[in-house]
Amino acid sequence: MKVREVRLSTTPTPEAIADLRLGDIVYLDGLLYTAREGVYMRALEEQANIPMELPSQSAANFHCSPAAAIREDGSFDMGAVTATASFRFAKWLPEWIAKTGAKLIIGKGGMSSRDYKEYFVPNGAVYLSTVGYGTGALLGRGIEKVEAVHWQDELGLAQAMWVIRCNRMGPFIVASDMEGNCLFERENAKIVQNLDRVYEGTRPAVLKRYGETDDRSDEVIG
Amino acid sequence: MISIDLIQKTAETLMDKAAIEIPDDYLSGLKSAAKTEDGDLSSFVLQAMLENYQAAKEDRRAMCGDTGTPRWYVKMGNKTQIEGGPIALEAALRRATANATNGVPLRPNRVHPLWRTDHNNNVGIGAPEIEYGYEPGGEWIDLITVHKGGLFGTDYRMLFPSDGIQGIKRFYLDSLVAFGKRGLACQPAIIGIGLGGCKDTCMVLGKRAACLRVVGDRNPDPKIAALEDEFKELGNSIGMGAMGFVGKNMVIDCNIEVGYCHTGGMQMSVHAFCLSSRRAVARVHADGRVEYRTDPEWFTDYQRRDTIEWHPEMAAAE
Repeated sequence: MKVREVRLSTTPTPEAIADLRLGDIVYLDGLLYTAREGVYMRALEEQANIPMELPSQSAANFHCSPAAAIREDGSFDMGAVTATASFRFAKWLPEWIAKTGAKLIIGKGGMSSRDYKEYFVPNGAVYLSTVGYGTGALLGRGIEKVEAVHWQDELGLAQAMWVIRCNRMGPFIVASDMEGNCLFERENAKIVQNLDRVYEGTRPAVLKRYGETDDRSDEVIG
Repeated sequence: MISIDLIQKTAETLMDKAAIEIPDDYLSGLKSAAKTEDGDLSSFVLQAMLENYQAAKEDRRAMCGDTGTPRWYVKMGNKTQIEGGPIALEAALRRATANATNGVPLRPNRVHPLWRTDHNNNVGIGAPEIEYGYEPGGEWIDLITVHKGGLFGTDYRMLFPSDGIQGIKRFYLDSLVAFGKRGLACQPAIIGIGLGGCKDTCMVLGKRAACLRVVGDRNPDPKIAALEDEFKELGNSIGMGAMGFVGKNMVIDCNIEVGYCHTGGMQMSVHAFCLSSRRAVARVHADGRVEYRTDPEWFTDYQRRDTIEWHPEMAAAE
């Protein structure tokens, strides 16, 4: 099986979203913005006005802190960009997606199928995973221009809201679909079948950890 | 006497190299893995990573957007003298870290744990870490920077002699599978295992095993070396590859370091040095020569000594 490559706008149509299949490789065109815990807390908990028109300018939220600096003349130097693990943001994502109309949540490691079914699918949103992790230099090549950075004084460079114009930025992998399926859970289910054989002969530790489980289909997220 | 300006300048170059240039030993290991990988998605990921290393070098941009938490391992010969002494040395390494964060640029990852204050330069309380080692001969200083990434893939457990090798294997598999799912550990990686010591030294041993030994290196104890081979194979038999997709490659190599521990315990730590194994090394000599390399050569006979006194003739005879 060969992987399928797709070019996608950061303000995608519902048809373009519906056409995506788990495991497709995506390259993005248009504006995307970074937002993670700092932005979520400021926008949702402190009710600060979001300094962009969403989703008309962008429906693509990247869970990312770039390797970037602001030069003395105010210009931006953005080298590499990669994602940070998304599961930690489940607390804010339902409200964020509802409020901003985000259709593409881009990050590392995906969310659970429960998250997808509960608030991705009803809002017509899918999850794109970065590749690797991480292909920071390749994604950096997809940056046409850094358009703006918001809230860097309040949040610092790593948590600020960076607005990036992309030109064939990628690769990303489609990790959820409009049925709420999860690529990572699909792979986990295949791998777990082999685990009893791999563990054969090993012994559980004599000193237990409180709350520990030996259910190998468990995950550390969610 | 080694010039402090030369130390700072060399340290800045190392910061740049670590962030941008994948070390050759890891690159060869990953290329071999890519040849054997037959999972569709995990193969695609490994190919993308190989392209990424190339792009980073061509563009002189960081290979990963998460440029890790820069730290320094400093090793000196017994006769080494630094202009301005150890205080000047630490200031030079802190300046180099801050300057390179802005210059490369790196991601300013380091923040206060509670107030999340970010100086935007990877310098703060206890950051960067600076750790020291010494060797019996010489008038040189080795500057080693490691920018280990990731919040996942590392774990510690107090095991006991009755847990035995099968207990060690169990915890090793638990760590790989727990953090390998969804690729949280950014595998395939160099896995470092620390055995023994106390809780803190066990963590230090495992981290150094992952970050300060190269792919293909083996512990001088032949039985531990055999375990390293066995654990590499065991990790690669899980059926999991890059990003937690079905595949054959989790472990590019497995390095084990040991330290004497409490008679009742058998401490164990596991560390995964991610797909962007950022390390760079330079030896600065008293006469001003600078030699760059990627092998830290940290674990020498002297570092692993188990006697009270150091008898160099013993090492020479072995």
